[in-house]
Amino acid sequence: MSPQLEVQLIAAVVAAGCAIPGVFLVLRRMAMMSDAISHTVLLGIVLGFFLTGSLDSPLLMLGAVLTGVLTVSLVELLQRTGLVKEDSAIGLVFPALFSIAVILISRFAGNVHLDTHIVLAGELAFAPFERFELFGIDWGARALVTGAAILLLNLVLVLVFYKELKLATFDAALAATLGFAPALLHYGLMTVVSLTAVGAFDAVGSVLVIALMIVPPATAYLLTDRLPRMLGFSMLIGIASAQTGYWLAQALDGSIAGAMATMTGVFFGLALLFAPQRGLIAAALRHGRQRWEFAQQMLTLHLLNHEGTPDATEENRAVTLAQHLRWQADFAAQVVRRAEAAGLVRHDSGLLTLTDSGRQHAQQAFVRG
Amino acid sequence: MELLNDLIFNYTLRNIALGSALLGIISGVLGCFAVLRRQALLGDAMAHAALPGIVLAFMLTGLRESLVLLVGAALAGWLAALLLLLIIRQTRIKEDSALGIVLSVFFGFGMLLLAAVQRQPDAAQAGLSKFLFGQAASLVAGDVLVMAVLGAVALLFVGLFWKEFKLLSFDPDFAAAVGFPTRVLDVGLTALTVLAIVIGLQTVGVVLMSAMLIAPAVAARQWTNRLSTMVLLSAIFGAGAGVAGALISATGRGIATGPTIVLCISAVVLVSLLLAPGRGLLWTWQQQRRNARRMRAELGGGSR
Amino acid sequence: MQHAIDVTDLTVAYQDKPVLWDVDVSMPPGVLMAVVGPNGAGKTTMIKAILGLVRPAAGQTLIYGKPYREQRKAVGYVPQRGSVDWDFPTTVLDVVLMGRYGSLGWFRQPGKHERAQALAALEKVGMAQFASRQISQLSGGQQQRVFLARALVQDAQVYFMDEPFVGVDAVTERAIVGLLQELRAAGKTVVVVHHDLQTVPEYFDWVTLLNVQKIASGPVAEVFTEENLRRTYGGRVAFLSRDDGTGSGPALVLPTPAKQSSAFTD
Repeated sequence: MSPQLEVQLIAAVVAAGCAIPGVFLVLRRMAMMSDAISHTVLLGIVLGFFLTGSLDSPLLMLGAVLTGVLTVSLVELLQRTGLVKEDSAIGLVFPALFSIAVILISRFAGNVHLDTHIVLAGELAFAPFERFELFGIDWGARALVTGAAILLLNLVLVLVFYKELKLATFDAALAATLGFAPALLHYGLMTVVSLTAVGAFDAVGSVLVIALMIVPPATAYLLTDRLPRMLGFSMLIGIASAQTGYWLAQALDGSIAGAMATMTGVFFGLALLFAPQRGLIAAALRHGRQRWEFAQQMLTLHLLNHEGTPDATEENRAVTLAQHLRWQADFAAQVVRRAEAAGLVRHDSGLLTLTDSGRQHAQQAFVRG
Repeated sequence: MELLNDLIFNYTLRNIALGSALLGIISGVLGCFAVLRRQALLGDAMAHAALPGIVLAFMLTGLRESLVLLVGAALAGWLAALLLLLIIRQTRIKEDSALGIVLSVFFGFGMLLLAAVQRQPDAAQAGLSKFLFGQAASLVAGDVLVMAVLGAVALLFVGLFWKEFKLLSFDPDFAAAVGFPTRVLDVGLTALTVLAIVIGLQTVGVVLMSAMLIAPAVAARQWTNRLSTMVLLSAIFGAGAGVAGALISATGRGIATGPTIVLCISAVVLVSLLLAPGRGLLWTWQQQRRNARRMRAELGGGSR
Repeated sequence: MQHAIDVTDLTVAYQDKPVLWDVDVSMPPGVLMAVVGPNGAGKTTMIKAILGLVRPAAGQTLIYGKPYREQRKAVGYVPQRGSVDWDFPTTVLDVVLMGRYGSLGWFRQPGKHERAQALAALEKVGMAQFASRQISQLSGGQQQRVFLARALVQDAQVYFMDEPFVGVDAVTERAIVGLLQELRAAGKTVVVVHHDLQTVPEYFDWVTLLNVQKIASGPVAEVFTEENLRRTYGGRVAFLSRDDGTGSGPALVLPTPAKQSSAFTD
């Protein structure tokens, strides 16, 4: 396999692997935990490196996962003291742990291939040169093997615990009463997030993991309401970002991870604008349509409210309508025209009266409200 | 004594000390409002988002003057805040995801551009990467002047609109009901926060700048129950940690300034959370023990 | 007669979902009015629309015949207690002083005169000895009284109070009722979002029954009827007739807790 092809494969595998736990982070409103965890796993990697003297040891991974979970517990501990709010707690814990890691690197590990740039954005272009060999056989680039293993693990976990994850995400209280131990699931998810962040570290560094974990799921969230589709879309968007990001980086001769993050942003922007129902354009069009519908309902309800009351002749006049409802005169006139055309109101010598279907229309409006 | 002598007469050290003190004061003051309004992580997103602004400003102008780069940073940070608002208001995406999106996409774009710029043969770009983790040693007198002017503007506005900002942070609905334009005040306060972030970028860097907004304010909150004292203390903590961290990093061997400052201020937070009278953990812990002992004594004393 | 409050044809929608539909409410000056209705009926929204905090889709609200913008200084506001962070670093006196900020306008800081007013208001709600207390150290009832004191220093003609009786102790409830009566005696108008239907006839002169639409509005004796309540709450009200000859209208209990979570109302 050519190194170029292998780089693209690594990027795709890592992106798909990140998207899976990301979906649950986004749905559980814990996206910023990935910010904290992805920063602090660096400390675990560095400490593991000092203990083992190598960057390949599985101990590194263990250390990193432990620091990830430690971060989550520290944030929760700080919150529980009541002295610090949640957002501040996150913002206190990860800069401190990340700073320790950065200082350790620049002070003691400057000569290994961990420099502060790689920490932030990884160095995917070099990834194919780190091979994974077992029993004397070259199984592929190390990052590819770890990435594939984590993707596989995440897929298996989602399939096995799908029901529990879904329930705990949408109704934590019900999950608890059914005996699904939400705390266990929570920490399980945090462990998976940490593991995935470490696995992605080689490829995209520690900060840009956030882009792969959060942006594709958030994009998918704009496209679908169903969890299985959201998982599928997230992975596809992640892979597409990886591929297009690779080309973008080639074209600009820039960082591949940076380009991948940029592309997740581009896909998000496209969905934000053009998503069929939840996109800004669809929403604006819908709003335009509903405006008239809503105004007509307001009109019929107004007429119904004042029908048969002493002030009806005053309130229900076409001329005074705009003034009473505080509408622009031409807007009011158009609403009346549309309502007339729809057979909802009759316009008799300046007085507006409801037709039978108009009366029904008004009552329906109230039921809907 | 030698250090003091150096601080006064050594050009570099003086700039470092002044610059980091300024940064600590401004971010300490504005951070109080960010923390109280639960916008701590907004600062994180805006700081990360400043990176592409810096690189683009350099690419477009070819200049390295800090004022030019900081204008780019401020514009990018501001754009990030607007996008964040758009996403939260107009879609079903919640605040946490919106923060993650803005932070990581802007930062990734910045890293893409930064790497592209650095691969060009022209050496003029050297030094842009100091904005990642900060480099106090690179501060020159001109930088400090820019920081001082921007900082003075920020503090002046906080002073002028003190009462309004306080009310906005505590009870925005009431502020609107009594006639203050809360939207305008909100925008103004966010703009000042962007200014505080921008002032710190060269010294602390985009990655860790948010800590300089959050940590001094959280530490100060533990020692007092008044906003004015909190803001004052926060400024002092920020300045102290800034100067200490910057000097340690400038005299040490090649340690980035940002992480050093962050560790200093984190130590202050830890001490405050543990020891602050009234709120500190040790204090409440002892209070609980005393209560338990009294309760035991009362029960044992046959009061029941 | 000049009305204290005129709400005409008020419609408010959040993202095209109507919260209030064509509501008309008028009330004379010098009365205490309760606004009641189920959760999500739009009670808080109506107050917020009158105070200019939400923009109506149609209709208008007037205070003494003029838009709110021209009458700000004649209006006092007590928001829901849960709407602010009580761990904010400030003191009781400071919160009460905020009631003067509107009159002070830009740039001017509260001085001796404002301080005296704030202390007098605290005295009125029985909180004078707590003036320098940090607000996180107050009980729910004490927090509510601080908010009332803040409204009192606004020195208004019309007061809007959003659920002042929720989560307060019996002493505070009596204190608030006493205060309401004092305000009425001084000719002020008070609108209170209220949840406890049993106390409506006892505490209030007027009542507005609201459930997205206005069901009824007028003197308690006229409109606080079984029929109107059933129309307001649907089948969710159980009626207990009380034949003890007090003649204070229907007594009733709600089968569901009156107040579940402020996050979900309105």
